[in-house]
Amino acid sequence: MTTATAHAQKDQSQAELERRMLRQMLLIRHFEEKAAEAYALGKIGGFCHLYIGQEAVAVGSLAALLDDDYVISSYREHGQALVRGISAGAVMAELFGKATGCSKGKGGSMHLFDAAKRFMGGHGIVGGHIPLGAGIGFGIKYKGGDQVCLCYFGEAAVNIGAFHETLNMASVYHLPVIFCCENNRYGMGTAFERVAAVTDVAEHACSYDMAAELVNGMDALAVYAATQRAVERARKGGHPTLLEVRTYRFMGHSMSDPLHGVYRTKDEVEEQKKRDPISQLALKLKEEGALDQAGLDALDAEVRAEVEEAVKFADESPDPDPGELTTHVVAD
Amino acid sequence: MPTLTYRDALNQALREEMQRDANVFLMGEEVGVYQGAYKVSRGLLEEFGPMRVVDTPIAELGFAGIGVGAAMVGLRPVIEFMTWNFAVLALDQIVNSAAKLLYESGGQLPIPIVFRGPNGAALQLGAQHSQAWESWLSHIPGLKVVAPATPADAKGLLKSAIRDNNPVIVLEGEMLYNTKGEVPEGEYVVPIGRADVKRAGRDVTLICHSKTVTVALKAAEQLAEQEGVSAEVVDLRSLRPLDEAAITASVAKTNRAVVVEEGWPHCGIGAQVVDVIQREAFDHLDAPVLRVTQADVPMPYNRQLERLAKPSPDKVVAAARRVLYLD
Ligand SMILES: Cc1ncc(C[n+]2csc(CCOP(=O)(O)OP(=O)(O)O)c2C)c(N)n1
Ligand SMILES: [Mg+2]
Repeated sequence: MTTATAHAQKDQSQAELERRMLRQMLLIRHFEEKAAEAYALGKIGGFCHLYIGQEAVAVGSLAALLDDDYVISSYREHGQALVRGISAGAVMAELFGKATGCSKGKGGSMHLFDAAKRFMGGHGIVGGHIPLGAGIGFGIKYKGGDQVCLCYFGEAAVNIGAFHETLNMASVYHLPVIFCCENNRYGMGTAFERVAAVTDVAEHACSYDMAAELVNGMDALAVYAATQRAVERARKGGHPTLLEVRTYRFMGHSMSDPLHGVYRTKDEVEEQKKRDPISQLALKLKEEGALDQAGLDALDAEVRAEVEEAVKFADESPDPDPGELTTHVVAD
Repeated sequence: MPTLTYRDALNQALREEMQRDANVFLMGEEVGVYQGAYKVSRGLLEEFGPMRVVDTPIAELGFAGIGVGAAMVGLRPVIEFMTWNFAVLALDQIVNSAAKLLYESGGQLPIPIVFRGPNGAALQLGAQHSQAWESWLSHIPGLKVVAPATPADAKGLLKSAIRDNNPVIVLEGEMLYNTKGEVPEGEYVVPIGRADVKRAGRDVTLICHSKTVTVALKAAEQLAEQEGVSAEVVDLRSLRPLDEAAITASVAKTNRAVVVEEGWPHCGIGAQVVDVIQREAFDHLDAPVLRVTQADVPMPYNRQLERLAKPSPDKVVAAARRVLYLD
């Protein structure tokens, strides 16, 4: 094979990867927009935390994983669930509380699960699932496997004891875990710098003799590359990594929170929207000549149709049978 | 049948289950090199190695959560807390993770984990180290809770707990580790959810568990000797699920009951037992049911005050006399 054709092939597979990432980000964006609509219509209840603005984090990092690796996350996990391959219908149906949801309607927006896809939840206590991620890593190591566990959490979880206890033990026990901190600068209405003595989350890694990397979370490819390096460390040597991925949420903390609120300015949100991870990647693909406007429109339409279908599926699905109230409390 | 201490019966259960199933491992503070704060894990590190007998930092929340995570991928962790007083720091993982995962995942993730360690007051350890946690833990759907009183029950219930596909809390009596009793060798399991009549009687039922079984048995002896009263001692053994049939059957026979526990009176295990009795055995009752508990105070250090705070055979005898209208 000549170098020229090798290059051309590489360019093509790179373009395919970028196109796939763009599609996944669009899927999350449109899914979340529909979820917001459905919430306003009362079809979704309780707390519902949207991922709009943060798409590049899920898309970039999950591209570095294999099918038998594990994923665990917080309550802001719709995007990760979709990218991991849970169908938009099963996620939307779970948000609607329907029997066809990925947690049979018993989990809701904050508790999406698909054990077969190794998506280990959706967890609602800030930082509470970080030790679970390490425990999954412990289980992998115990059985002599070469999988890794990717554990997502927000920057506000860094102030919780569970984060520190876990990073210490993950380092001491050499667990194959990637701790992915999605630093979107706010925990609800509290700016991180108002409540954290150390505002560079990655710095915490040195307390635990752990590798760390600071990543631009608006760039799916940068997130992908950094996660690949972390996965490599975990898979080969059982070395955990702390990734600090700087991102931003364009919506309120949850559906009951106004768009920018009093804790941040409208200007700040507008300024951040200029870094929109979707338009950035779309622009890149156009510049590379890998996608034209018509191609982008077609992709967008395809994704919108998929989301429409998901809403229809959720709408038409039945509620869980009343008998489901008392199932799954204890296992046989 | 060999006679063993409660401690060695637990050790035997752990060893046998670890030999039987390679997915069973023990994790906690001082469980390995130090051989266990109460020596329950003696010899296990040597036999099974550091991947299966894991020493942890003092980080109850963290290692409890690591245990739950390991259970999510099919291992069967046994998490030892040095005492249950310290497990309060891990309650988030026990209550919000272990007890919820099966339900909130729509049945996808069973959590076969054991949380075990000493519970209840020892001697003069003061308020923070002398607490009985069973009513807290038994409140939670998704958990099972057992509290063995004898070496045989300790072995049989711990084995059942390890084999169970749910989170099981094993409350070991801190004062029971040195007590001795006959323990069947090899395969011996006590089913979770079954009470045991430790002494049969006709006139009054004394309902108890863990350390208060000894207290109730002593009280039953005194009642027989001093009053000619025949007391039946029902050891609950499991607090969740609770053996309602055994409680009801005994009270239907004796028509009177006293419930004894180490915990505080407010919202205690005894309150739950009394609810069962009023609901299931109302027509059989000849007297209100009375309870003997720890005094409703933090445990004092002073030896005399501590004795006043704890349930004792004399207090149980006094309560039994009242339900028998002997006063
Ligand atoms: C232990 C705990 N305390 C408080 C809350 C309420 N709460 C839910 S989300 C949140 C903010 C978390 O922010 P962060 O970790 O940065 O994640 P983000 O929402 O930004 O994705 C708070 C305070 C909670 N769920 N758990
Ligand atoms: Mg945040």
